[in-house]
Amino acid sequence: MSEYLVQFNNISKFFGKVIALKDVTMKLKKGEIMCLLGDNGAGKSTLIKTLAGVHKPDEGEIIFEDKKIVFDSPRDALDIGIGTVYQDLALVSLMSVTRNFFMGREPQKGLPFFKTFDIEKANSIAAERMGQIGIDVRDPSQAVGTMSGGERQCLAISRAIYFGAKVLVLDEPTSALGVHQASMVLKYIVKAASQGLAVILITHNVHHAYPVGNSFTVLNRGKSMGTFQKKDISREKLLSMMAGGEELDKLEVELKEMDRIENN
Amino acid sequence: MSVKSESIQSKKDSGQDERLKKISPLRVLLNRPELGALGGSILVFIFFGIVAGDTGMFSAYGTLNFLDVSANLGIIAIAAAMLMIGGEFDLSIGSMIGFAGICITIPAIYWGWPLWTSIIFAFAMAVLIGYFNGIMVVKTGLPSFIVTLAMLFILRGATLAITRLITGRTQVPGLRVLIEDDPIAWLFATDTFQWLFTWLGSMKLIALRTDGTPLATGIPPSVIWFIALTLFATWILMKTRYGNWIFASGGDKVGATNVGVPVGRVKISLFIGTAVASTIFACIQVLDAGSADTMRGTLKELEAIAAAVVGGCLLTGGYGSAIGAALGAIIFGTVSMGIFYTDVDTDWFKVFLGAMMLIAVVFNNYIRKKVTETK
Repeated sequence: MSEYLVQFNNISKFFGKVIALKDVTMKLKKGEIMCLLGDNGAGKSTLIKTLAGVHKPDEGEIIFEDKKIVFDSPRDALDIGIGTVYQDLALVSLMSVTRNFFMGREPQKGLPFFKTFDIEKANSIAAERMGQIGIDVRDPSQAVGTMSGGERQCLAISRAIYFGAKVLVLDEPTSALGVHQASMVLKYIVKAASQGLAVILITHNVHHAYPVGNSFTVLNRGKSMGTFQKKDISREKLLSMMAGGEELDKLEVELKEMDRIENN
Repeated sequence: MSVKSESIQSKKDSGQDERLKKISPLRVLLNRPELGALGGSILVFIFFGIVAGDTGMFSAYGTLNFLDVSANLGIIAIAAAMLMIGGEFDLSIGSMIGFAGICITIPAIYWGWPLWTSIIFAFAMAVLIGYFNGIMVVKTGLPSFIVTLAMLFILRGATLAITRLITGRTQVPGLRVLIEDDPIAWLFATDTFQWLFTWLGSMKLIALRTDGTPLATGIPPSVIWFIALTLFATWILMKTRYGNWIFASGGDKVGATNVGVPVGRVKISLFIGTAVASTIFACIQVLDAGSADTMRGTLKELEAIAAAVVGGCLLTGGYGSAIGAALGAIIFGTVSMGIFYTDVDTDWFKVFLGAMMLIAVVFNNYIRKKVTETK
């Protein structure tokens, strides 16, 4: 058994002529939070979809618990324990908390052919799970549309964990949230990792990633610029890497130039 | 952590979350999709109770009459509602009714098939057509509005062309003689509880014909189907996993797919549902009339959708109920029959239908905002 829970080795994905991903490698241990950083268009979404089984990689391999894995559908990824929480969260705002929590995996009871959705059981599990992360769903039959953004994010994460995710892939979980809500979600992510999950946190916000991450992989124009342990890299270095450092440097020079001209 | 578990414990002890504000029963009711239709149907009954209370509209015969009309519409409205909750439309319902009608009559009368085989044949065709509608929508990603609009024309045209080709006319009569002794036809052609009506007649509690038999002979098959389908659909939507998948597929197709709901299969099955419901409608109508007509069911798809919308289904999917659609059908059926008992010109019925639908949509829109409003 290798020390890694899951390894993505030299993943490449092409769409016609477009090289969306080229030779991206990521390795995760249990309990590790790896932050995947990249600017818009860096290939983050394509990588997530490849991890989640939506796209098949054109090159490279996925090794999970020392076994090579090929996903034919998102369901396969779910079944082996890669739980992906997309930016849209896959929550239906008109449906209740419970119905969302168990969407696609409803507990059933009763005789074959007359099986019913065990709503009482589902309600109590949903309320209990949400309670554990400090979200008091006062009524699990209330519509998800009534919850705050952070609560919804936590609901989606909690759902993925409940259904056996060992690797949690989170797509921009804090991007649409205010400071307070974002910190609530980040706290929950750390807690999940401390219970032995491997977390891939996709974000373009270094300020959210740096405090919680153990390692950082920077993606730029479809290529990985390397994976760095937290002790080896500073927040500023990360920021300049992901934005294409020169671009920001250039901007700085230009701004200084403008200042100089105005002051003269 | 211990604090947390304690608070959970206290919740269990009191049986009530202390932070759960007591919601008035009215508020709970307001969150149900069928509220509007329930209010509407009560209003309709009060209205006709006052205007037409003494006209015979609410006699046994009159009641069965408007229930029969409501039930026929209800059978297709419930299927249309389930499809709408699943996020799609079926505009081919009306044409499917006409097509199913000739699928029953032509083999039975012109090809000498036993009636029951031609009924089964009609249902098999319905499953195929529903499947085709569904697979087209799912595989091409085209709006179901377009796909089923095409099917509306194709089926209606095929019904006319085939009928004329084989029979040389547009109506196919002569079915009545085949109904007796058929092992299946009774399902769509028998009035039930006849003993009750005979008894009520003998007690002089309901109106009689001159020969002494009761005017209303029994509960028409449409009403039995209507009630059974309402219960079945409600059970599916509220109590089964498949029901949850229907809401999820209509509420957020991408999200549902991502958590493993087989959205394509759900939608295809719902399209089969509307086609099969149309065929049930056709069976009842054809066996009752003893004949098929190529124009049967024209515009029924729009009435079914209207009933579903009045019943609280959102046009965007993901929200609605079968009971709501059933109530919507009852409203339309009651008004369309009740209007004969009033002094109002029956030409005004369509005006009412349109106005009712408009009010329902505005109301439903408001409700949806209420349901999802942030605390």
